[in-house]
Amino acid sequence: MRVVVLGVGNILMSDEGVGVYAVTELDKLYALPDWVEVIDGGTSGMDCLDRIADADLLLIADSMRSPGKQPGDITRIADEEINAWFKTRISPHQVGLSDVLAACVFQGIAPKKVVLVGVQPASFDTAMELTPQVAAVLPQVIERLVAELVDFGVTVHAKAAA
Amino acid sequence: MSKRITIDPITRIEGHLRIDVEVDGGKVTKAWSSGQMWRGVELILLGRDPRDAWAITQRICGVCTTVHAITSVRAVENALNLEVPVNAQFIRNMIASAHALHDHIVHFYHLSALDFVDVVSALKADPVKTSQLAESLSDWPMNSKHVMTQTLEKLKSFVGSGQLGPFANGYWGHPAMKLSPEVNLLAVAHYLQALEAQRHANKIVTILGSKSPHIQNLAVGGVANPIDTNSQSNLTIERLLAVKEHIDALAEFTRKVYLPDVAAIGAFYADWTKYGAGVTNYISSPDFPTDSKGTQFMVPGGHVPNGDLKSYKPFTKFGDDYLMGGVEESVKHAWYEYSKPGPLHPYVGETKPKYTDFQDEGKYSWLKAPTFYGKRAQVGPLANVLCGLAAGHQPTVTYATQMLDRVGGLLGAKVGPEILHSTVGRHAARAIRSGVMCEVLAQNWSMLLENIGKGDTTTFNKPTFPKGEVRGFGMHEAPRGLLSHWTVIKDGKIANYQCVVPSTWNAGPRDENDAIGPYEASLMDNPIADAELPLEVLRTVHSFDPCLACAVHVHDDEKREIVQVKAL
Repeated sequence: MRVVVLGVGNILMSDEGVGVYAVTELDKLYALPDWVEVIDGGTSGMDCLDRIADADLLLIADSMRSPGKQPGDITRIADEEINAWFKTRISPHQVGLSDVLAACVFQGIAPKKVVLVGVQPASFDTAMELTPQVAAVLPQVIERLVAELVDFGVTVHAKAAA
Repeated sequence: MSKRITIDPITRIEGHLRIDVEVDGGKVTKAWSSGQMWRGVELILLGRDPRDAWAITQRICGVCTTVHAITSVRAVENALNLEVPVNAQFIRNMIASAHALHDHIVHFYHLSALDFVDVVSALKADPVKTSQLAESLSDWPMNSKHVMTQTLEKLKSFVGSGQLGPFANGYWGHPAMKLSPEVNLLAVAHYLQALEAQRHANKIVTILGSKSPHIQNLAVGGVANPIDTNSQSNLTIERLLAVKEHIDALAEFTRKVYLPDVAAIGAFYADWTKYGAGVTNYISSPDFPTDSKGTQFMVPGGHVPNGDLKSYKPFTKFGDDYLMGGVEESVKHAWYEYSKPGPLHPYVGETKPKYTDFQDEGKYSWLKAPTFYGKRAQVGPLANVLCGLAAGHQPTVTYATQMLDRVGGLLGAKVGPEILHSTVGRHAARAIRSGVMCEVLAQNWSMLLENIGKGDTTTFNKPTFPKGEVRGFGMHEAPRGLLSHWTVIKDGKIANYQCVVPSTWNAGPRDENDAIGPYEASLMDNPIADAELPLEVLRTVHSFDPCLACAVHVHDDEKREIVQVKAL
């Protein structure tokens, strides 16, 4: 059994980096079994292929623009929805995660289950902090990630406050 | 009647690039290259500790993480006149050369080969003939009939699933696609094998860099890898032996697959040696230092004016005066404004946005236009290979000669280095440089082990920051060419920081004198068979390995087409 929690995004562009902040915090706050790997993927693509290949669950945290949503709204999509989104994906990051996942499918080493927890951004301005609207929901994003892990049968313990 | 084509964005690249061309009589007559994203990372760095700059700058881009990190520490070290222990140089050199191999292999197979290879045509291939062809090119064990049959089956089921993934948006069946089904199948097989090969490069970076995709082991003054042959958590002999296995696997793929494939595809598309030269004024950084001061390099670099190897002038050390004195950036056609007229040197560079619409004669890009002594310059593996040839650098000469002999053999005619100044020549140069990188990587591994064997385990010299102002710049021959970071440090804090990245050199807009940049110049006269499907434009632009160093990465669940090709 292998689970990968992957935070993606650019931490130099405020809310674009929410996925990275979320997994970094998750790693800090919770003790996870050693078969769960938490990766700060940044904006990389192919570099992550190695580690997401053959995972039983790939749990992605990222910023996600959806029409009609308010900044800070959290969206969850999984499996087929992610495939559908592949076909129409619009990301200026063309060598991105979607290509890596498709390459995995082609090679027959795709993760068995993929879940994406997306956060509606308020801003992509150049800054190393989240906007207040998105920073406010960060604990909820982490809870969602924990809930996904628990649903999948992962035992998650809060670390004792330092 | 001329026709205007807009491609926005150019796909299979990092970042957001828009290309506009005017086509008249089936040829490109005018071109505009426009970076569509504002990159203000320099502003984030102001007032920060220069020792943190590398960790921040490696977040600029998802592909070029390590190269910005390495260039940033070099900039600060240059400002402080700080020497770097040779062990640290060797470790950095291994990370940089492994990263270069990763980049070059992924670029050729996964990002640009699809401009030449028709994946759908491969479905019609005979796997036995494919294998025979492959075995005539090289003795790579994965060229067998069995492998080709398996690949064909995989491809059939993948295409049958309706989920084209990385092969979506391909120009299948385009009249400019010329390979036989067998060559196409061979390319698909190697596309898959290249995914394996790039993992070896990635493993090397991960082991040495402590973490990937963002390495953790750099420090101003050296690296943070404690060398300790006994402790498990440090860089042990056992880990270094693991690195060697990955080095050997990468080298085998490069020599037996990548180099022969580029020669074969280059020969099949020999007409593309006539297009795409563009700006033939070249600059490149010497790199892979073997001394603590950064004056001895394993691969040379310098200036090749007007493609003339005899006029080559080398850059001889980190902080080289000839390089330092020649660089300026113009914003006349870029969405910025300066506090005074004319181009600016990066030490006094300014980053103040001034957006207008896309103006053909005015401002139209978020990239600045850099010049070298007032002239546009092309950077990249081609520039680096030309410098190597001019300097008589043995590994470069060896791999270049082998490449040209192979292409000549397939064409039945002798060809010389002049064919490298072209769209397909840039791919050849990248492969030649990859051969060189394999040697650099293996040699640094040996030098590191030898030096540790002598009892030297130093990896770090502590920096001290003086009161008052110092300035310096870091240079690095990144996969896409000459990368430089320029910094001014005041009382230990960053007072100015400018990154002059390879894609700024190549993809920049018109300059102060309205001269077009390398991307734009390389597109001139390219033939366009079908203005609705401008595959030829992609071929030339992709040959530069575009990376706009400003990766945004947003998931968007709106159902929209990604690429707009507007033919007006």
